[in-house]
Amino acid sequence: MSLLSIRNLSVRFKTAHGLFTAVENVSLDVEHGEVLAIVGESGSGKSVAMLAVMGLLPWTAEITADELLFDGVDLNSLEPKARRELNGGSMSMIFQEPMTSLNPCFTVGAQIDEMIRFHTDKDKQQRKQLALELLEQVGIPDPQKRYHNYPHQMSGGMSQRVMIAMAIACSPRLLIADEPSTALDVTIQAQILELLLDLQSSHDMGLILITHDMGVVAETAHRVAVQYAGQQVEMQPVLELFEHPHHPYTAALLSALPERARRDQRLPTIPGVVPGQFDRPQGCLFNPRCKFADDLCRTTPPVAAAADRALTLCHYPLTHSPEQAHE
Amino acid sequence: MAEPVISTAQIGTFRHSLFEFWRYFRENPGAVAGLYFILLVLFCAIFADLISPWDPTQQNRDALLQPPVWQEGGSWDYIIGTDAVGRDLLSRIIHGARFSMFIGAMVVTLSMSAGVMLGLIAGYFRGRIETVIMRIMDVILAFPSLLLALGLVAILGPALINAMIAIAIVLLPHFVRLTRSSVMSEKNKEYVIASRLAGAGHLRLMINTILPNCMAPLIVQGTLSFSNAILDAAALGFLGMGAQPPTPEWGAMLAEAREFILRAWWVVTFPGLAILLTVLSINLMGDGLRDALDPKMKRS
Repeated sequence: MSLLSIRNLSVRFKTAHGLFTAVENVSLDVEHGEVLAIVGESGSGKSVAMLAVMGLLPWTAEITADELLFDGVDLNSLEPKARRELNGGSMSMIFQEPMTSLNPCFTVGAQIDEMIRFHTDKDKQQRKQLALELLEQVGIPDPQKRYHNYPHQMSGGMSQRVMIAMAIACSPRLLIADEPSTALDVTIQAQILELLLDLQSSHDMGLILITHDMGVVAETAHRVAVQYAGQQVEMQPVLELFEHPHHPYTAALLSALPERARRDQRLPTIPGVVPGQFDRPQGCLFNPRCKFADDLCRTTPPVAAAADRALTLCHYPLTHSPEQAHE
Repeated sequence: MAEPVISTAQIGTFRHSLFEFWRYFRENPGAVAGLYFILLVLFCAIFADLISPWDPTQQNRDALLQPPVWQEGGSWDYIIGTDAVGRDLLSRIIHGARFSMFIGAMVVTLSMSAGVMLGLIAGYFRGRIETVIMRIMDVILAFPSLLLALGLVAILGPALINAMIAIAIVLLPHFVRLTRSSVMSEKNKEYVIASRLAGAGHLRLMINTILPNCMAPLIVQGTLSFSNAILDAAALGFLGMGAQPPTPEWGAMLAEAREFILRAWWVVTFPGLAILLTVLSINLMGDGLRDALDPKMKRS
């Protein structure tokens, strides 16, 4: 049985102008000890989908799913109390902005301690011991001293390490990392990702990595889900995805990687932006930006072919090498 | 640069945080001066019976309106003079400190605890409950504050305790609005979501996670209200609606001395000075407190 299994998850927000669909029919499976990456542009509903899984969306959100199971437990019908025990205990999350994710009024030690106190019944001495071990584990030098530091006394990289320490404090089986390295500079990014992967393999956690950095995906993930405008357009193991992207959007994303660009050419880009609440196109959501779009794409929303294991959401999945998208 | 060694106390202990607090606080000379004056007033309030030379209500018929000692006709028996019925002004002012401190503390406690609670609820839950709370506060704010206090005292009956309740209600909306706005801006910060992630419920989020981050402006508002309460109580006393004679309350003392302003300057000057200095000191101290208590303003 999968650790996390999601079938047709949709999230709609009640706004002043009616319902806005942020996530539409997303299906995912995460196995024990697997690293799944979710990629997509800003506004493609990556974070919202995962916040929905964690039950952290505001009350204006309407969450529907055919199936939303964590380790066999239905998350959608969970009582608030049971949900609180699950969150932070068996499943945990790391946010994008480490500098604002820590409470500025308390020392980091107190905040890690709080996490452990909620979910275990260790006494004060044991909790402190564990917190110091965790700080050590995430590579914070001189944990004794750092334990008493306030968040503003730490750098972004340090804060993110503390967030990771808090997230793994109760040995979760699933960790969701929402763009954990975006707010950090490049050298620290690599360190944080390495740390996450180390912890993932040593604890045998399932890890969902939300990112828009294809480079990060290539280095870390086992499988990749590509999201566009709230829809999941493709899902493949990482090697196949980089070799043979099926959806034109994936192909365009890959060809926009600077590493893949040719020296004598301009960097390929995807023109336009992700459609918002008021400019959702007819038919395929990607058709205004897709260079292969025809009349069928402009009128009829695509459905994933039953035989397609990648669940490509496209009328004309690419069957050739990604070079085709280059032209 | 070498840090001056202040304490050998272990980092994280109460003693250490106390030393750290003092290190930040003393950087502001105005605040320290304010603190010393408030300590003096507190000392007077606590030991009024021991240090005041006379009983505050004892009338000496042979020493009516006697001027301070340095003026002609003054005597060391009554250092800053006597009032119209021969009561020693110094003793009355020392005893008055007791009332002013008590009024300030009571009013701030009442109004802050109720105000913070209401503001927290309004800012956290939003929706209909917020509308109800905030509209009631708007109604209170729409009255001129002293008029509302006067009206309330008129309903409750003129007494010091009723004056305090009235002032607490008048000051309430400021706390509610301030708390609500801070809570609303803090509520959407990521650390609150992170705390929910850790499994915190509504009550814990409100009180343990969000409230401490809203405290800095509330402390300032609290100290300002402390002085406001003393001023309002004095005003009510002056209008005859607060403390009743012969209570040695500063505002009431001013009211009794009204007729002698031209003849005997000391009967109005000294109680007025006491009010002025106390209020000023509290305001100065509040400023320093904010700088010292706000963790976001600490360096390294």
